[in-house]
Amino acid sequence: MTRERLDRQIQQLREDVLFLGSMVEQATLQAVDALKRRDREAARRIYYDDEKINQKRFEIENAALITIATQQPMAHDLRILAANLEVITELERMGDYAKGIARICTYIADEPLLKPLIDIPAMAELTVDMLHRALEAFVRENAEAARAIPKEDDAVDDLFNAVQKELFDMMVADPNSVDRANHLLWAAHNLERMADRVTNICERTVFIATGEMIELDVTDDESKRP
Amino acid sequence: MVKIRIENLTVHYSDGTESLRDISLDIPEKSVSVLFGPAGGGKSTLLRVLNRLNDLADVVRMDGRVLLDGQDILDPKLDVIALRRKIGMVFARPVVLPFSIRQNLTYGLELGGERDRRVLGGAVERSLNLAALWDEVKDRLDDPAAALSGGQQQRLCLARVLALEPEVILLDEPTSGLDPISTGKVEETLQELKKDYTIILVPHSVQQAARTADQAAFFLQGELVEFAPGKRIFTQPAQKRTEDYVQGRFG
Repeated sequence: MTRERLDRQIQQLREDVLFLGSMVEQATLQAVDALKRRDREAARRIYYDDEKINQKRFEIENAALITIATQQPMAHDLRILAANLEVITELERMGDYAKGIARICTYIADEPLLKPLIDIPAMAELTVDMLHRALEAFVRENAEAARAIPKEDDAVDDLFNAVQKELFDMMVADPNSVDRANHLLWAAHNLERMADRVTNICERTVFIATGEMIELDVTDDESKRP
Repeated sequence: MVKIRIENLTVHYSDGTESLRDISLDIPEKSVSVLFGPAGGGKSTLLRVLNRLNDLADVVRMDGRVLLDGQDILDPKLDVIALRRKIGMVFARPVVLPFSIRQNLTYGLELGGERDRRVLGGAVERSLNLAALWDEVKDRLDDPAAALSGGQQQRLCLARVLALEPEVILLDEPTSGLDPISTGKVEETLQELKKDYTIILVPHSVQQAARTADQAAFFLQGELVEFAPGKRIFTQPAQKRTEDYVQGRFG
């Protein structure tokens, strides 16, 4: 039995997952940047480029299925492939969140921003950084790193709660701001959800490394909201 | 319920090699237990111990006990013929007798003294049905068995074992010479048979082990490395050596 081909295919899948991850990271940062600059053109491009993320995801899924069918992997190899399918689904959904932020930008690009965007870009940077390290831990099968990353989600939740409170206060003070505040709230919400999904990737890393299926999200972020 | 209990079994061949080293294993009744691992690991030796085929081989010493329903089958005073009726065996290559399909099935019973044609006829139909072969051969029971396809011959061998109403069926790579469709039929049959019989299978590939095992024992160089439910051993083996083997890193 030789497994050179299997090893090669698994390595390729790892590289593809990192590539898909970098597409999602770029889309997220660019969408928030477009929002900040109210750049409708950039937002539109990001919105349509989500299709490329979806395509890449299907490509990887197909390659993983072919590997399963032709190599009949077992044990650790099988867990890598199963986890891979989960992770690319998470990434594809994260791409949708970035697309959602880009769409919000196209809605509100003509009007002045309610407030200078500081917390939302900070949320984006934290989330993308978590995602980047989660994917690195995933391809390296570093369970220790994967267990630590979800704790950082608290910082994203704290920022989200601050943004939410600020926007609620604005809506109460000036009912004319409700529409614009609501849009920004959605953008922040997308980032908050994206950070939650990073935890799912970390859970898959622990699964590959140990075979354990566990929930890493110990704090209930919902309970912290006002 | 435990059907076969193996306690500290060690088997030495006459050339000084140890084929099995201190094996302890409880084989549950009415399920498929798979023995797998690279060649020379001891799995076929263990199958042969279970119906005393090693009596004919170069085994110089066996230590330990093998209990079938509590009775030690290694006991030299045991009636080996009676044991082999209780524990039947199917080999890798189908060995059909140079008779008709029907005679292949009645031969064992007739040797045992059965003369009643109704009993014999009933056994033919019942065993062919159990082996999922009845529909394919019912209109040509008196044709030579050698005319059957490889897959049919192997199911005939299984039927021949079943005709003797055993309690345990041992199968040593029963599908190694069969095409995927015949292999699928045999595997399907085993899943039906396990409702009434205790099945111990040496598979011809790890994939077959994974498809068929309710529980699986991994043997390496005479040692039992791991014995675990099939659902676990092929996804999350506890031992590194098991994992390396099922992932094709050696063997």
